[in-house]
Amino acid sequence: MSAVDLKLERTEGWNRPPVVEPDGEGELLEVAMGPHHPSTHGVFRMDVALDGERVIRLKPVFGYLHRNHEKLAEGMSYLGSMPFTDRLDYICPLTNNWAYALAVEKLTGQQVPERAEYLRVILGELTRVMNHASAIGFLIQEMGASGTPLMYAFKEREKVLDLFEALTGARMMVNYMRFGGCRVDATESWLAGARKVVAGLPQFVDEFEQLLMTNEILMARTQGVGILRPELAINAGVTGPMLRASGVNYDIRKVDGYGIYNRFKFRVPLGEHWDVYDRFMIRLLEIRESIGILEQALKDIPTGPVMDPKAKIRGFRPKPGEAYGRIEAPKGELGFYLISDGGPNPYRYRIRPPSLINLTILEDMCLGQNVADVVLIFGSVDIVLGEVDR
Amino acid sequence: MIATADQIFVLLQHWLVSFLPAVLQPVAAVLLSVVGIVAVFPTLFALAVWMERKGLGRMQNRLGPNRVGPFGLLQPIADGIKSLTKEDIVPLSADAVVHFMAPVVLVVVVFMGIAVLPIGRNMTLVSMDSGLLFFFAMGASTELSVFMAGWSSRNKYSLLGAMRGVAQMISYEVPLLMSSVAVVMITGSLSLDKIVAAQNQYTWGLPHWYIFTPWGLAAFVMFAIAATAETNRSPFDLPEGESELVAGYFTEYSGFKFALFFLGEYVGMLSISGLGTTLFLGGWSAPFSILGFVPSWIWFFAKVMLSICVFIWVRGTLPRMRQDQLMNFAWKFVLPLTLLNLFVAALLRILGDGWQRWALCSAILLLAYGLMARIGMYREHIGPRKYRYAE
Amino acid sequence: MLGEGILKGLAETARNFAGSFVSADRLTTVQYPEQRIAPIEATRDFPFLVYDGADWEAGLRCVACQICEKECPPQCIYIVKSTDKKPDYVGKQQFYPARFDIDISVCMSCQICVEVCPFEAIKMDTEFELSTTDRFGGLLHDRKELAKSNEHYHKIHPTEALEVDARLAEEKAKTEAKAKAAAAKAAAPPGTAAAAPQKPVPAAPGETTA
Repeated sequence: MSAVDLKLERTEGWNRPPVVEPDGEGELLEVAMGPHHPSTHGVFRMDVALDGERVIRLKPVFGYLHRNHEKLAEGMSYLGSMPFTDRLDYICPLTNNWAYALAVEKLTGQQVPERAEYLRVILGELTRVMNHASAIGFLIQEMGASGTPLMYAFKEREKVLDLFEALTGARMMVNYMRFGGCRVDATESWLAGARKVVAGLPQFVDEFEQLLMTNEILMARTQGVGILRPELAINAGVTGPMLRASGVNYDIRKVDGYGIYNRFKFRVPLGEHWDVYDRFMIRLLEIRESIGILEQALKDIPTGPVMDPKAKIRGFRPKPGEAYGRIEAPKGELGFYLISDGGPNPYRYRIRPPSLINLTILEDMCLGQNVADVVLIFGSVDIVLGEVDR
Repeated sequence: MIATADQIFVLLQHWLVSFLPAVLQPVAAVLLSVVGIVAVFPTLFALAVWMERKGLGRMQNRLGPNRVGPFGLLQPIADGIKSLTKEDIVPLSADAVVHFMAPVVLVVVVFMGIAVLPIGRNMTLVSMDSGLLFFFAMGASTELSVFMAGWSSRNKYSLLGAMRGVAQMISYEVPLLMSSVAVVMITGSLSLDKIVAAQNQYTWGLPHWYIFTPWGLAAFVMFAIAATAETNRSPFDLPEGESELVAGYFTEYSGFKFALFFLGEYVGMLSISGLGTTLFLGGWSAPFSILGFVPSWIWFFAKVMLSICVFIWVRGTLPRMRQDQLMNFAWKFVLPLTLLNLFVAALLRILGDGWQRWALCSAILLLAYGLMARIGMYREHIGPRKYRYAE
Repeated sequence: MLGEGILKGLAETARNFAGSFVSADRLTTVQYPEQRIAPIEATRDFPFLVYDGADWEAGLRCVACQICEKECPPQCIYIVKSTDKKPDYVGKQQFYPARFDIDISVCMSCQICVEVCPFEAIKMDTEFELSTTDRFGGLLHDRKELAKSNEHYHKIHPTEALEVDARLAEEKAKTEAKAKAAAAKAAAPPGTAAAAPQKPVPAAPGETTA
């Protein structure tokens, strides 16, 4: 799969004047939505200036969940930071672990056994399915469907969380990937359980689609709302399903081919109308593609060790150098940039959070829209505050 | 025996009143009926609240409340006690009198609307010749209470919510009335008792309910949509939406006043379901003539509770519409269809007998509906989409 | 046709409503605390110290090497080494912890302490109903509270416990074999070199302990 041809243009800077002029006399109504708000996916504030119902200016304010992760990592060993990566995007802890493990493996040049790669793919794709289902469920919940689709998504999520607990010991804060493989091996009974859960997923997606896809109220509320042009998306550094819904063909699983993704056949759906409806339909289609990958991986998983036998748990000192490891997390491109100075702790530990970078374009998407749509557009970005604030 | 069961409340009323001197008897009779209504409808409100929570729970694959009482039946009482014990906060800059009167006005007005509904045979509290007109007058007064609540709170968000709510309710008054006018035209009277009597006839065991006619079915659907919007229920509950800007016009209410708003909303739902039942579903008449032995008031309440179930079902499924979309829907879609419906109702009556008139009227309505739907969705560029995949 | 999507959605919720009365798949909640979901075997909550035998002080496996204290990411373990020694399961004299406190209000159940322990002394418990009214002292577990028997470990994590027991038995056998070889050498002509002092062999790094 060849790299995408991206034409990057320089922009003037982000402090552009508002493109929507208020019509009518009178002052603008300034409202602070959040941090206590039922629809902001966490503690997050948006300072919105309204003219009647239209949004004239919007400023996102975050940092309410800042926990100093990057600085703490400089004082902790590489292994000690692994549990904290679970808490970044706390809905998808396994992909966070994977990105960090990938970065460290690039730094040290460790090899990962095949069975571990297959397990990583299986767990990563299960996480992707769950994240997209929850994102769609939360979006509909914000539209006021009193939580019914969300409950269906969470019913499936419970089954997958039980699988995670059986393998890693915890439902969410898994601390599972290690540098050079995975912490424990999966038993045959676990794989059989995973196959059973995956076999039940297509029916769930069909029911979900039936509830949502042709619902006229849903279509009326989300089509034509929150349009993000592809050039603007590329310039802003947006990645993940948001970028693909804006029509840009960029999926890191295809571009980088990290792990063993080039062994699996899957397609990348693209959006043509670039609005909120496209974003959540792309997520639905990606769930189907992930189910395909899961079926292939569960069929082909080989036997063998799950950990590099030369890997060290304690006294892990990588040679001085730097590495950037990135994966296609469910929210976008999650990257870890590590600089090692030869000691047991990293010199610099930097996370590229997809939610934060996708959020920078929120104002441009919301200008000129109704205030009732701001909540929907914000939901379609699909952020998690743990990742935005770290 | 059957007649006794049917008329049991009327007989009870006469018996109790007979203890009083003749000059006081009419007043006492009316007061007793009022007491009956005030006792029954809040109980139905509690039942409706219970049904809503359990029903929504089951639709979402969970049980509803089940700790308080068997199957959680005492949960509404627990909620009532809780709302009574909360501190009653009135904002300092609020207009205290209007702030207090708003929920009271709401509750009084919805109960007055129930006064003209025929709950059973000979069981209408006030049997007016223009009962339908009185009901709509009371229904429109609920909008007054919404505005009072929003205005008196001196809070710009409440005012915004109240204005949205009033705009929505006014917009949907017109389709509500126009769909009932078709019934009035065919029956020839504004009196709700006569409307029920006209539907209480049977042909081959099947009743003459207006919902079984093409214009009646269309009018019922539009009445239902307008009724959902009038009572601010999902999918039209933007003024009180939780995930919107604020909680709407009753942001500044706490404790028992909030419970009164809640009571007003649900009893409003019950009363407008009662009206819909009277106009289209035959009121207290039985579905099949052989089932005529079941008392009439049981049929009425059964139909009303069925309507409440449909309200709950719709709430659990549909997301809410945006303000401008719901106004567009009212004025540009529902209203023209109600006008067409009047024409079709007249056409059905004029064309005499025979099955061809049914086919013609149904065809006209379906065609108009399909055409307007297509044009509406096309204009807004809304429709299902197909997606392509990258190469 | 307008309204078709809405009707499909209504059909879906009606199916769930009706299904919740008949199938367990459509009603996925249990009445906690009267009913509980069976715990999954590999689940982990907070650490505990394992002791062999009946006396918790004598049989405690922990030798106060303080590796877990160093590796713990939120630093919730506090160990004070003893000044005297006691024999461990192979009979060698080892230190033991005079104090071993874990603050479970800080512990994040990451299980790194279990992974790095060379002596199979600390394992993860499955108890989560630990709420208390004492906000500070009640959540600071000292070594008496933390010490639980090997039988308890077998009850909560049977598969793991069997593996651990097998490993420890293997170590013991190896040590005894070495001791016998050394004794045999010592019993042989005394010119041969004395046996090297025995050290219990830690688990090989990279080998996973679940």
